[in-house]
Amino acid sequence: MTSVHVPMAEPREAPAGPARASARKAFLAILWRDVFVTGKEFGVLMLQVALTPLFMLFIFAKVLGSLNYVSDDFGHLLLPGIVGLAAFLSALQSVAFPLVMEFGWTKEIEDRLLAPLPTNMVAIEKMVIATLRGLLAAVVMFPVSALVLGSAPWRTEGLPLLVVVLTLGAWVGAGLGITIGTAVPPAKISIMFALIFTPLMFTGSTQYPLLSLGENLRWFQIVSALNPLTYVSEGVRAALVPSIPHVAPAFCVAALCAFAALFTATGIRGFRRRALG
Amino acid sequence: MRDLVKRYPRRDVNAVDELSFSVTPGEVFGLLGPNGAGKSTTMGVLTTRIIATSGTVYVAGVDVLRNPVAARARLAVVPQQSNLDRSLTPRQNLTFHAAYHGFSRDERSARAAELLAEFGLAEEADVKVDWYSGGMAQRLMIARALMHEPTVLFLDEPTTGLDPHARLFVWDRIREMRDRGVTIVLTSHDMDEAAELSDRVGIVDHGRLLALDTPEALIRSMAGRSVLELSVTPGPGDSPDSVLEPLLNVAEVERGETVGGPPNGADGVRLRLYLTADPAIALGPVVGLLAGRSSTLTDVHIGEPSLEDVFIELTGRGLR
Repeated sequence: MTSVHVPMAEPREAPAGPARASARKAFLAILWRDVFVTGKEFGVLMLQVALTPLFMLFIFAKVLGSLNYVSDDFGHLLLPGIVGLAAFLSALQSVAFPLVMEFGWTKEIEDRLLAPLPTNMVAIEKMVIATLRGLLAAVVMFPVSALVLGSAPWRTEGLPLLVVVLTLGAWVGAGLGITIGTAVPPAKISIMFALIFTPLMFTGSTQYPLLSLGENLRWFQIVSALNPLTYVSEGVRAALVPSIPHVAPAFCVAALCAFAALFTATGIRGFRRRALG
Repeated sequence: MRDLVKRYPRRDVNAVDELSFSVTPGEVFGLLGPNGAGKSTTMGVLTTRIIATSGTVYVAGVDVLRNPVAARARLAVVPQQSNLDRSLTPRQNLTFHAAYHGFSRDERSARAAELLAEFGLAEEADVKVDWYSGGMAQRLMIARALMHEPTVLFLDEPTTGLDPHARLFVWDRIREMRDRGVTIVLTSHDMDEAAELSDRVGIVDHGRLLALDTPEALIRSMAGRSVLELSVTPGPGDSPDSVLEPLLNVAEVERGETVGGPPNGADGVRLRLYLTADPAIALGPVVGLLAGRSSTLTDVHIGEPSLEDVFIELTGRGLR
């Protein structure tokens, strides 16, 4: 093997770089890109986020209610849960699916990874846009559900708690989404749907109040208590229909903060692992 | 770039092993090597996408390992595989890219229009990216890379899979960029392309630099390494090997081999002789020896060394 001696040029002092580029501008630009694309795909997005919760609401509250299989107030229990589910799941999906494709297949994200901002900020931007999309889904679900049911519970005093819980819930969904999206290879995307989303949807206290599970279903209560979605559902219920037994709002917020910190950390870690070799 | 080492987790060997080289501002530098030689890893480190295990890497005067964000503002990458943003139109691919790099709205649209025209894409600037052919996508990716006026441009196999027209077009653009003062680092499997475009080439294998020089100098280092291909009809009682054997004793012949029958399908054998001197000097004794054995020489072909020969000589013939 030939050995090659290479005279090395001493690296010069870094010249003053292009002053126009800044991490803040780059962050806002990639956020604007996602907002722009979300706007273009608004109809598709709405179908994606609203269809499942709407059908759930329609069947469980409207159809079964009309047939007297469930009582009339069930709608008022279910609707807050559905709003929470929409925020959580939309945020999760709107980051998990695209990330699986962008990292594994289309490589579309590379141009943003090469933008002049730290890689962590690209991950944070993904969570910000997913949270915004989750909140948008929750806002849309409200009037649409009210139309399906004919009425919707509302408490203006509960609004601050509602906003806090939905924002945190969407952020947790986004963090979980980015964690899953960077861990799952494209070939396993359908398994991910079956193994992760369905259990998440049905153990999140969306369709039942956690505290009423009681003695008979203690094991299910414990499973539900481990699902972050539970604290979104319970928190929204605490804000809108406090008459239904619910987990203390402060506890919901604390639990969501803890989940948010956990999944933000795992999400950024997963993202860095995929973005940087 | 000095003493760059990259070891991937759970691997015994370094993907890049104390690799050092420097590229002069404004030159076209070709990074060549077999598959798995460490080219992509090297490019990944240079473009901030792979974190080096050790070493120092400067791109356009910026320490890539310490300050990747500043490096990203100065470099641009054209990957081998399309990574265009398919949610955006071609024009938006350019304008958003410039936005990431902090260009104002007016600058963005002006530069996009200019580059789309230059790359012959102005007519199809507002269609779906999915409709683009491979050549168009490649042109758009180069245009996108130029949007933020990079100091250093990295091109990963810029013409693989392109038709000859598109290839020539890309070559012309690369030369133009160099003339504008952009430093260009490219990888290629096409040795003719590398020789054609590069001011200097580095040949890498097993994560180490094997050679670094101008293509002309590298080819000259193979001086006298010409190849003589002979089609011979052996005389009565001679086998291909017995024809070859005495030829190996000619002073200018380094080694030789039989490479099957002659190309025209006639009887006989084809011999390839690797020479240490000018083919004209070796040809005389070779012809004399063959005549002495009553073998008939039916065809002679003199092969001058090319960059490909340098490459094969350095990296061996084995498949990767």
